Amino acid sequence: MGKFWVIFVASISILLPFLCNSFSPETPTDRRVLVLLDDFAVKSSHSSYFNSLKLRGFDLDFKLADDPKIALQRYGQYLYDALILFCPSVERFGGSVDVAAIINFVDSGHDLIIAADVNASDLIREVATECGVDFDEDPSAMVIDHTGYAVSETEGDHTLIASDDFIKSDVIIGSKKIEVPVLFQGIGHSLNPVNSLVLKVLSASPSAYSANPLSKLSTPASLTGSAISLVSVVQARNNARILITGSLSMFSNRFFRSGVQKSGSSTKYEKSGNEQFLTELSKWIFHERGHLKAVNVKHHKVVETDEPALYRINDELEYSVEIYEWSGTSWEPYITDDVQVQFYMMSPYILKTLSNDKKGLYSASFKVPDVYGVFQFKVEYQKLGYTSLSLSKQIPVRPYRHNEYERFIPTAYPYYGAAFSTMAGFFIFSFVHLYNK
Amino acid sequence: MATMPASASDLLKSFKLKTKQQELLIRVSILCLVYILAFITRLFSVLRYESMIHEFDPYFNYRTTLYLTENGFYDFWNWFDYESWYPLGRIVGGTLYPGLMVTAVLIYRILRFLRFAVHIREVCVLTAPFFASNTTLVAYFFGKEIWDSGAGLVAAILIAICPGYISRSVAGSYDNEGVAIFALLFTFYVFVKAVNTGSLAWSLASAFGYFYMVSAWGGYVFIINLIPLYVLVLLITGRYSMRLYVAYNCMYILGMLLAMQIRFVGFQHVQSGEHMAVMGVFFLMQVFYFLDWVKHMLSDTKLFQAFLRITVTCAVAVGGIALGLGMVSGYISPWTGRFYSLLDPTYAKDHIPIIASVSEHQPTAWSSFMFDFHILLFLFPAGLYFCFKRLSDATIFIVMYGLTSMYFAGVMVRLILVATPAVCLISAIAVSATVKNLTVLLRSKNKVVQTGSTKGSGGSKSSSKALLDQSQPFQKNGAIALLFGAFYLLSRYATHCTWVTSEAYSSPSIVLAARGAHGNRVIFDDYREAYFWLRQNTPQDAKVMSWWDYGYQITAMGNRTVIVDNNTWNNTHIATVGRAMSSYEDEAIEIIRSLDVDYVLVVFGGVTGYSSDDINKFLWMVRIGGGVFPVIKEPDYLVNGEYRVDKGAAPKMLNCLMYKLCYYRFGEMLTEYGKPPGYDRARGVEIGNKDVKLEHLEEAFTTSNWIVRIYRVKPPNNRCNIHGQSGTCNPQNLGVCLDLLGLVDVNLGNAPTKPCCSLIEGLVDLEGAVCLCTAVRANVLGIHINLSISLSLLLRNCERKVATEYICGP
Repeated sequence: MGKFWVIFVASISILLPFLCNSFSPETPTDRRVLVLLDDFAVKSSHSSYFNSLKLRGFDLDFKLADDPKIALQRYGQYLYDALILFCPSVERFGGSVDVAAIINFVDSGHDLIIAADVNASDLIREVATECGVDFDEDPSAMVIDHTGYAVSETEGDHTLIASDDFIKSDVIIGSKKIEVPVLFQGIGHSLNPVNSLVLKVLSASPSAYSANPLSKLSTPASLTGSAISLVSVVQARNNARILITGSLSMFSNRFFRSGVQKSGSSTKYEKSGNEQFLTELSKWIFHERGHLKAVNVKHHKVVETDEPALYRINDELEYSVEIYEWSGTSWEPYITDDVQVQFYMMSPYILKTLSNDKKGLYSASFKVPDVYGVFQFKVEYQKLGYTSLSLSKQIPVRPYRHNEYERFIPTAYPYYGAAFSTMAGFFIFSFVHLYNK
Repeated sequence: MATMPASASDLLKSFKLKTKQQELLIRVSILCLVYILAFITRLFSVLRYESMIHEFDPYFNYRTTLYLTENGFYDFWNWFDYESWYPLGRIVGGTLYPGLMVTAVLIYRILRFLRFAVHIREVCVLTAPFFASNTTLVAYFFGKEIWDSGAGLVAAILIAICPGYISRSVAGSYDNEGVAIFALLFTFYVFVKAVNTGSLAWSLASAFGYFYMVSAWGGYVFIINLIPLYVLVLLITGRYSMRLYVAYNCMYILGMLLAMQIRFVGFQHVQSGEHMAVMGVFFLMQVFYFLDWVKHMLSDTKLFQAFLRITVTCAVAVGGIALGLGMVSGYISPWTGRFYSLLDPTYAKDHIPIIASVSEHQPTAWSSFMFDFHILLFLFPAGLYFCFKRLSDATIFIVMYGLTSMYFAGVMVRLILVATPAVCLISAIAVSATVKNLTVLLRSKNKVVQTGSTKGSGGSKSSSKALLDQSQPFQKNGAIALLFGAFYLLSRYATHCTWVTSEAYSSPSIVLAARGAHGNRVIFDDYREAYFWLRQNTPQDAKVMSWWDYGYQITAMGNRTVIVDNNTWNNTHIATVGRAMSSYEDEAIEIIRSLDVDYVLVVFGGVTGYSSDDINKFLWMVRIGGGVFPVIKEPDYLVNGEYRVDKGAAPKMLNCLMYKLCYYRFGEMLTEYGKPPGYDRARGVEIGNKDVKLEHLEEAFTTSNWIVRIYRVKPPNNRCNIHGQSGTCNPQNLGVCLDLLGLVDVNLGNAPTKPCCSLIEGLVDLEGAVCLCTAVRANVLGIHINLSISLSLLLRNCERKVATEYICGP
């Protein structure tokens, strides 16, 4: 019996790292990825991209989009940490997957990559709309750019675009500058103006427009210029990350390897920027970069160490929080100088920048304002590319107790004098009145 | 009761007691019976329902009492309550009258000390009846002081069962008034006693009585203004005496010093306009005393007259200047709104909607006088007549008390309570004096007829004999008839009082009872159901937003933080809640989020026909909200000045948050046989907006009879609101739509309606139409168009469901 027990514990302890090897708050990087394809040819034609993911340790599961056996979750548990939709023309997903299932997948904190293409199906458009971007409604429209196209021998309709208008964020597209333009061929999309979470990562040039390249342009194009986004990302409020692009071919081996020369430019690059751009972007999407966590939120009075249930007005207090960034393999201290704490009751009474000790510990000390009420310590840290930190901790602030005021105040001495002299006078008067006949 | 001595006298004779002793025994036993009667007649509510706390304010009092028993007096005194008025909090210790709680805890401690294992709730439930019993004793002594012991006994009986008093002192009605009426009457009694005797001890007692009153209820302001008024009247009528001087000065000075010890009152006695009369009279008394002394010293009348004139002028001038300076410098605060509204009944309606919104602050209807006083209403003038016939310092006092309090009772319903003791006492004088006169008549007549050996008291015999007119043979019969009439009336009074107590005043109002179709009693326990749901199913620190009426109950029973409650100390905060309730959902959600609200609670009577629900209170929310935030306008919710919830209701009304929360899913419900679904039984109409969609809130709990509905505030949309953010009506952005309406022929259906549709996408059907109307009225682009057709076409193009011919409101 005892031996059996030991084996059981041993096997558990061996298995444990593997069991825990999926997405969790402790290790935010995704592991299991479901890739839905229109047909398996994509698997080989886009193998460079998939291989780069596999090399980084992702477990890719390729399925046809209309495979009746696909399922995102079983028994209420998600089977995957991320989903890649490389199936622009699918009209209906197989199995139990539908738009709502995909949206729920995202809303429960999982990541998504959508690549559409010309003639993208309504289904894919719907998923994109739910994420805050709208593909051009014209099904045969493509992004055309007569000045920013990539010089090519075979195609002359200027739908192959070389774009280098990247978002300025090291966190999202990596710290190494992308020198070479990225090749794009597909449909453009616009961002929902009221959606503040969606970001344009690769934008079309001002001379681009979206139209059917085969027909003559009769009415003005509905999407023009840099309003067209080629690649967009969304970071949802629960930190799920979504990549949306209108070109499936930009992930392909052909585009990865192809040389690029932008029209009007004499430099011809041997290899397009697609690989670097998309690989770095996938690192961000799969939480290998830019993922923060805040732990050990503490506050206490300056001289004490225990956290009180409530403060008194004018108390001196210290607030501290530890912030770490996920490096892909471990949690590293996050070092910056722009984290602020608010002492908040309907509006911030105190707004103070936290100082850090270079080991991830941020702290500030301040005096509670002379106002009682239910306050909150609030840290709202939202920085481009990073997961947002939103910490709030409620703490009541009480006024002085009756015996916490000063006992004697100098200005009141005349009154004390008056009171005591009256008492003495009354005593003497009574004495005289009673015994002095 | 007047017959009792006669009927019981034979029995008593066997005990061989002297007449005086017999009378005492009878009096004591009557008082004991009255004492018990006063207690048990208030127990209807416990028998009908259960031993529970009633209504709204008592729940706060109960919660604080519980805190006091658990944490002791100093913690109570310094209690900062962060569960109410989130996020402001409330310094409970400094903003309440602690008398009631301390009394209850004292009784509790004594019972505990005597080894009675009671729960504090039982003590709280029975505090009011206990003090009502004590009030009968005080009434007896008071009656004895101003008239005679007979009047005292009658007063004790009248007040024991008077509905006006019972309304606030049934078991479970654990409110300040429960002990305050006792304190009020006690203070008055002891003060009158002090004036009658000139005794320093009684005066001291009245100061303590006043202190207790101040600690128990804000109504102490009545005492502190009535007494100086009374003294002033005595001074004017030339009844100034040394007794009055002693009684008033001692009572004022000590009472004031004691009252300052109550944190909530503090320095008001020297700083607030309401307390200035008593101070002025105090100085006047000194002037009078001084003048008296001067008069005593000066023998020359002429010289004294001149001196008098100068002194009085100077005194008045100095007082006036001091008052004026105090007012101007802000040292003396002006009268509060509540005080104004007492003097001018229309003041609150025009200026302070929050006071006017409370039902018990409404002017009194005649019927409620009849309901609460019954025969006392016409015994009262009779009593006044007797008082005027036998004027003394004491009767002047009771007359003044009666007249002033009757006036206040006319101004506010709740002040009937204050008038009740005076009405009972004065009526008792009437009853007692009449009955006494009649019996005297009867007895002396007997005496004359059977010239023999009766054992009436000698004094009254001879006096009545002298008064009697022997030549009136019908006098005896008349007297008998009148006596029977009086007893008939009194018995009707007793019946009425018992009926009112059992039917009207014993309902806890937190548990509702109704008669079923077969006459059976149906109990709606929805309030407690909802509050227990809150307690069991929501996070400990959840914040609940509701109209302020339910604040105390939610904190006491649901144990959750509320935004506003019945202690209406911060009008702006209440107005914010009122604004949220009367805005569109998208605007309301901003307010709700800014207040960190997690749940919204509304009370809805459409299913049960319960009329005091939030829809019926809604106009007050609009008024109070509009008082602070002028964006909320009352006419927006009315149609031709009429308040409606059916199809003809104002569009804003049909789409405001309160309407939506009350009528969510109500459109599918059949409430009454033979009526369409969505028939509101409380208002007797079919509701106008049956297709209520909620976007930022979701239904969390609805009680079994739909009386309380609780909604959860949803977190912001995870992927930013695709539909949400655009859901606010922003007329300035609707230029595209107006272009369409004015220029393009929407009829053909091929106009690019999409950009316009996406703008009103987030709006629910009717809201979209309303929003467009606003845009058109704002006339953003300065175009004039034939609206009714193109508007509905446009809306249909956008796949919105609206009546085919939607017409913009005026």
